[in-house]
Amino acid sequence: MGRSLGDLVFFVGRRLLELIPVLLGVVVLTFLFTHIAVPDPCPAWYPHAKPPVIAACRTFFGFGQPLYVQFEKYIVGLLQGNWGIDQSGAQVFPLIAAGIPETLELVLASLAIMIVFGIALGVIAAQYSGRWPDHLIRVFYLSGWAAPTYLAAILLAIVVGPTFGFPTGGVYSVNPPFPQPTHMSILDAMLAGNPTFTVDAIAHLILPATALAFLNLGIITRMTRTSMLEILPMDFVKGSRMKGLSESRVLYRHVLRNSLITTTTVLGFTASGLLSSTVVVEEIFRWPGIGKYSFDAIVNYNFSGTIGVVIVFAIAVVFANLIADILYGVLDPRVEWR
Amino acid sequence: MVDPVPERPSTVAPISSGPPAPLARRGGGWSEVLQESLRTLASNPLTLVGFLLVVFLIIVSAVLLVLPPLTELLLRHAYTIVPYDPNGISTATLVAPTWWTWPLRFPPDMSHIFGTDELGRDIFARVLFALPLDLGIGMFVTLLSVAIGGGLGLVAGFWDEGPVGRGVSTVIMRVTDIFLAFPSLVLALALAAILGRNLNATLIALTATWWPYYVRIVRGEVLVIKHQGYIPAARIAGVSEARIVWRHVLRNLLEPLTVYATLDIGSVIVTFSTIAFVGIAVPPNIPEWGSMIAYYQGLFYPSALWLVLAPGLAIFVTVLGFSLLGDGLRDVLDPRTRRAFARETRSSTSPEPASSPLAAASEE
Repeated sequence: MGRSLGDLVFFVGRRLLELIPVLLGVVVLTFLFTHIAVPDPCPAWYPHAKPPVIAACRTFFGFGQPLYVQFEKYIVGLLQGNWGIDQSGAQVFPLIAAGIPETLELVLASLAIMIVFGIALGVIAAQYSGRWPDHLIRVFYLSGWAAPTYLAAILLAIVVGPTFGFPTGGVYSVNPPFPQPTHMSILDAMLAGNPTFTVDAIAHLILPATALAFLNLGIITRMTRTSMLEILPMDFVKGSRMKGLSESRVLYRHVLRNSLITTTTVLGFTASGLLSSTVVVEEIFRWPGIGKYSFDAIVNYNFSGTIGVVIVFAIAVVFANLIADILYGVLDPRVEWR
Repeated sequence: MVDPVPERPSTVAPISSGPPAPLARRGGGWSEVLQESLRTLASNPLTLVGFLLVVFLIIVSAVLLVLPPLTELLLRHAYTIVPYDPNGISTATLVAPTWWTWPLRFPPDMSHIFGTDELGRDIFARVLFALPLDLGIGMFVTLLSVAIGGGLGLVAGFWDEGPVGRGVSTVIMRVTDIFLAFPSLVLALALAAILGRNLNATLIALTATWWPYYVRIVRGEVLVIKHQGYIPAARIAGVSEARIVWRHVLRNLLEPLTVYATLDIGSVIVTFSTIAFVGIAVPPNIPEWGSMIAYYQGLFYPSALWLVLAPGLAIFVTVLGFSLLGDGLRDVLDPRTRRAFARETRSSTSPEPASSPLAAASEE
């Protein structure tokens, strides 16, 4: 095992192969959980319907069949690219697929905020470690940690938004006159060459992205601070100071650069938390991504939707970790692919 | 997913998986663990604040739970520290708390310090009444997850030799991987929603969400501990397996588990209140912070923001207490930051030996 391109390809390939049993497990577990706990969601879907309607619903969706028959039907469909239908009979897959880029846009925007502010705060905290700026920053990022997602999002939506004139729902103020091929609001507006809608889309993105970033900022800040503190006492730092390098050069070129290696890896770990938070943030800001879709699917007993969303989330988490691992290997020359 | 511990250089591994803290080297008993923890608390003001907050909240909820039945029994009248009936309706609807409007009145009117809601229910009473529920669920779910996940992690890490051991270990880790592939909130929400949309379902859902993390943490730690020289040495010396697990393995697990459990109590409370916020954890007549926030923000009284802020503040303070405590503990217990920390504070109580095995380990 080494660091050649072949090793990297082998590493990525092995990780993707390992994903298959995990995904299969996820599908089986979610299917069993949902179908054993709620064998028949028809009464919940149609609370005021008469018995014949419920019976018709049961026959239509096949809830009366034995579990293994339902499972076989579902898994065969899944392998053929048919992710099932929701309670209204609509295909689940196109709805989820349309939500993915919307969520990706939101997550990327909040990642940008997280990285810029998180690393800056982490550097300041490490520089002044044990003194009041450090304590202040710690209170700040721990408050992001301590504030539940919905609280921060709601305060942004009902206090900050109206006060500063930011829109607090949806992706555009009015329905756009142009088609939305990418389902990423800013990109769509830019592709259509419409500056008004581009600005509008950015304005709609700010608050939900801030809510998401605020909650996860602490991890970046913490890791930057910790790894800088770990590197600061090392001999090479003393060496570069003795060589007469300026303090800022030592700090940013040598210490920060090395500590970012650890921070990068941790970014992968935040993926799961970020995706979890999108469920609540998207629901509150009515952002039409998979977070909102999964919220609706879970609350409405939309089983096919729930399983589909969980599959997408699981793949996303694995890919985020994979990207973090690759970045880590690129940054740290000691790492070997294996 | 990558196994965090042994296969990678020590800098990759998440915070916990450095070499075991120097405590182990001194080889003291369990009482030394306690002493060390107290020293830790005193060394950082924020950690101390977190500790005091946590102790205060635990005492308040204990009083809330114990006082009424106790006074009922002894004095034939149930006294409580909740000023009003949390579901009691009065005519004083939408009374703003005294600190809400400017200028503040002195002396402040203490009758409704958090104001009242649209039905005249006292917000302070409702917020206070929810404390034992949220705190209890946070602690219960975390302890249960530590027990289940920690036990499985110990089995998977310590007894992973031989065909049976390897098989069991593989099964445990594969199932753990599957559970870890779910984003935590999605799994908890989905389980709570399909298992019955009540408190018991939420408890099961939360535990099912949290245990796999402890399998990971404990297995990683155990794999590191197992290959320290003192374990084979103890075996050769004829120490029984049970004693090795108790004296050497569990003892070294205590520190990381304390840190993670402290941090997790806060996260469990947040997740629980999120499930309540969605409206599927507790019935509306039981005050709970998350469901209160959902209910009051749904009323759309833009000027009556205290309705949302009061339960929000409660959950914030509770979780912040656990976060401050856990974060401070982690900083000092983590051997990698510990060295920097010791240098900074120039702690006279435990000078670090210049050539500690830790330094050697992290510079490899």
